[in-house]
Amino acid sequence: MEHYKLQALRQRLYDILFQVLALVGLLMAVLVLLWLLVTVFEDGIGRLNRQFLTSFPSRRAEEAGILAGLVGSLAVVLLTILIAVPIGIGSAIYLEEYGKKNWFSRFIEINIANLAGVPSIVYGLLGLGLFVRWMQLDRSLLAGALTLSLLIMPVVIISAREALRAVPAGIREASFAMGATRWQTIWHHLLPISFPSILTGIILAVSRAIGETAPLITIGALTFVTFLPDSLHSAFTILPIQIFNWISRPQAAFHENAAAGIIVLLVITLLLNATAIYLRNRFSR
Amino acid sequence: MSFFKVETRNVSLYYGNTAALKNISLGVPENKVVAIIGPSGCGKSTYLRLFNRMNDMIDDVRVEGEVLLNGKNIYADGVRVEEVRKRVGMVFQKPNPFPKSIFENVAYGLRINGVTNKRYIEETVERALRQAALWDEVKDNLKKSALALSGGQQQRLCIARALAVEPSVVLMDEPSSALDPISNAKIEELIWELKKKYTILIVTHNMQQAARVSDWTAFFYLGELIEYAETKDLFTNPRNEKTQNYITGRFG
Amino acid sequence: MQQRAEASPQTMQSTAFGARRPVVYYTDSLIKSVLFLCALVSVFTTIAILTVLLVQSYFFFKEVSLVEFLTARQWTPLFAEKHFGILPLLSGTLLTSLIALLVSVPLGLAVAIYLSEYARRPVRKVIKPFLEILAGIPTIVYGYFALLTLTPLLQKFIPHLAGFNALSPGIVMGIMILPLVTSLSEDALRAVPDSLREGGFALGASKLQVSLSIVFPSALSGIMASIILALSRAVGETMIVAIAAGNLPQLTFNPLEPVSTMTAFIVQVSQGDTPYGSLAYNTIFAVAIALFVLTFILNMISFRIRKTFLAAGGG
Repeated sequence: MEHYKLQALRQRLYDILFQVLALVGLLMAVLVLLWLLVTVFEDGIGRLNRQFLTSFPSRRAEEAGILAGLVGSLAVVLLTILIAVPIGIGSAIYLEEYGKKNWFSRFIEINIANLAGVPSIVYGLLGLGLFVRWMQLDRSLLAGALTLSLLIMPVVIISAREALRAVPAGIREASFAMGATRWQTIWHHLLPISFPSILTGIILAVSRAIGETAPLITIGALTFVTFLPDSLHSAFTILPIQIFNWISRPQAAFHENAAAGIIVLLVITLLLNATAIYLRNRFSR
Repeated sequence: MSFFKVETRNVSLYYGNTAALKNISLGVPENKVVAIIGPSGCGKSTYLRLFNRMNDMIDDVRVEGEVLLNGKNIYADGVRVEEVRKRVGMVFQKPNPFPKSIFENVAYGLRINGVTNKRYIEETVERALRQAALWDEVKDNLKKSALALSGGQQQRLCIARALAVEPSVVLMDEPSSALDPISNAKIEELIWELKKKYTILIVTHNMQQAARVSDWTAFFYLGELIEYAETKDLFTNPRNEKTQNYITGRFG
Repeated sequence: MQQRAEASPQTMQSTAFGARRPVVYYTDSLIKSVLFLCALVSVFTTIAILTVLLVQSYFFFKEVSLVEFLTARQWTPLFAEKHFGILPLLSGTLLTSLIALLVSVPLGLAVAIYLSEYARRPVRKVIKPFLEILAGIPTIVYGYFALLTLTPLLQKFIPHLAGFNALSPGIVMGIMILPLVTSLSEDALRAVPDSLREGGFALGASKLQVSLSIVFPSALSGIMASIILALSRAVGETMIVAIAAGNLPQLTFNPLEPVSTMTAFIVQVSQGDTPYGSLAYNTIFAVAIALFVLTFILNMISFRIRKTFLAAGGG
């Protein structure tokens, strides 16, 4: 009997030990995150003032600012939303509500899963070959937005499909049994019901689009821009590229600029993510 | 023309290559209640869904034979399923109100028919809710979400929703199996009332219910119609041995 | 009033079904076609990716043989004396990715087991959003952190560590993919039916024994799928390595030295003023094809494993 008791005691100990270990690991990750935030904050807060937000880049670190990058980022992401969201939700609706379960829909499904796993830089090369060169859009806002649209489209489609799938089957049956057409069913019931989840997915995708750097470097977005984009065909830069440019310089003063730019970028993406998490917790049962 | 309000003539239904319904001919006279009974998987729900073509939703389903509504084949070429469904109301096993207000639930059928006259809609909603014996309970809360109602109330709301467009036929797929006994009794009373105006087909697991509410009863087994007779005859004097076994509880 | 009567159901009863074809039905089929076109966009995306990569690298492979590309041990397309062996880029990619896995897999699995087997609801409610925050941080931020914070710190402990190296971006990449490993592994662990756990508890096993000897092995293939997917993500990750690894293609597995990866090389060339259409320029498409194929294979393996895992009822 003693033996079993001892055994049980030891198991209990291991149990606690494992939990402590896992939590310590997690705590380390938390600390790294905090450390990251704190260093960036320390490095950058000194540069974060009105002049920094309203100036164009400059050869002199203390005169440089993120205006062009910030406006470029917002413009390109806004365009991306306008392109990717309707098409993405449209495909999700088609696949979930109209498509029959045949080889073609399976093919599209696997295809989308694959696209979601293609490295973002490959999308950059796609944009370079397809939009910049072949369609001759050059290094324009439109070329950048189209590239980012293709990049986030799989994420939008996948999350919108999940949202539609979560609508109880009874709602569809009830609507069809009333004599509603498929589109009426979708428009009157499915979209309103799944709207919060679809929105959550879109916000996460947008947050990702704002932070993307590599694909837009590849299509040749500029790094030194001293004007604001004024049309779809205008050249542009984005905030992450501006930051990348400053990180790549050897002088510490530019690194401070990079850190200050990162603070702005982090505030935007974290706000978006927090909104998405809040929406999901609020509306999920 | 057909003598019956709704009728199936030699109808078979296949899922892929498996026959779920085999050569079924059955007619329902106007203003009667027909109960469809049988063990699980005998095809009774599938049969019910022939009349509003809800089986069309499933891939790989094939229907042979004729399903007549007012003497016209609803599976004929050029028939819009939506038009059929507007004339054949359906109530499901689990109450499935839309997550909208009580009023909007009942008005939905009118709205998709393009009705915009506000007074007409209001009158119709009230009439339908009265028919479904729900009016007195909800008349002060028509703007409230339908999801706030109790299960039994939700089911009566779904009945009202089906009645608002004045269908010729009402299909009920185990309408009270998910409800408590009191709600169940209310629904049965309601069916008794409704048959004055409507022709009703009801699928039920509950033989007492079939005996209480229906004029005629059809017994299905393994996709075949075994016996179809006036309810009191079928339950007191079944002609087929399988029917006898089922209603005496020897299988099912 | 006349209009109302026309639209009311009674009058429709007198017409044959479908004899009237209201606008809604045309709208419905029109919308269906439009939505179908939307769904086709993803197919065209794949076709476009393949076309662009294949056409551009065709020009590259007209001048460089596939054998040289796959076997030469030097990668110097931007120098006067050009060599086109992808091995150094491949080794750099694998090196940084493996370091990332070394960081994220043990930690990610421990956290996943903790979340699925031990953690109560309130604890989960804190941990999950934290992981989502980690996943939401732009990679450029991680790159800054690797180059300007972690590397200087590591240099205090490792004197021979170069200012650009594989170690620091590898570690940071591990933190970046931690949420992915954790959440996918947790899904796999949760898919294990409770009846298996109960069987273990009924024999008097402790929670840890049940987790490690019953749940973990049952979820192993699902966990493998998540690790492979994380590897694929690390292989395709760009900015962290582009910033902190050094852009120096060399065939080494020494984590203390600067390396370049496939992705970092593409960024390096895109940034510069290499003329469009030149051989040096076309190299990025050849590298991209290699990258695409590598990640595609990894994704496919992960996808397959996951599918069989789920088909087997998660056990």
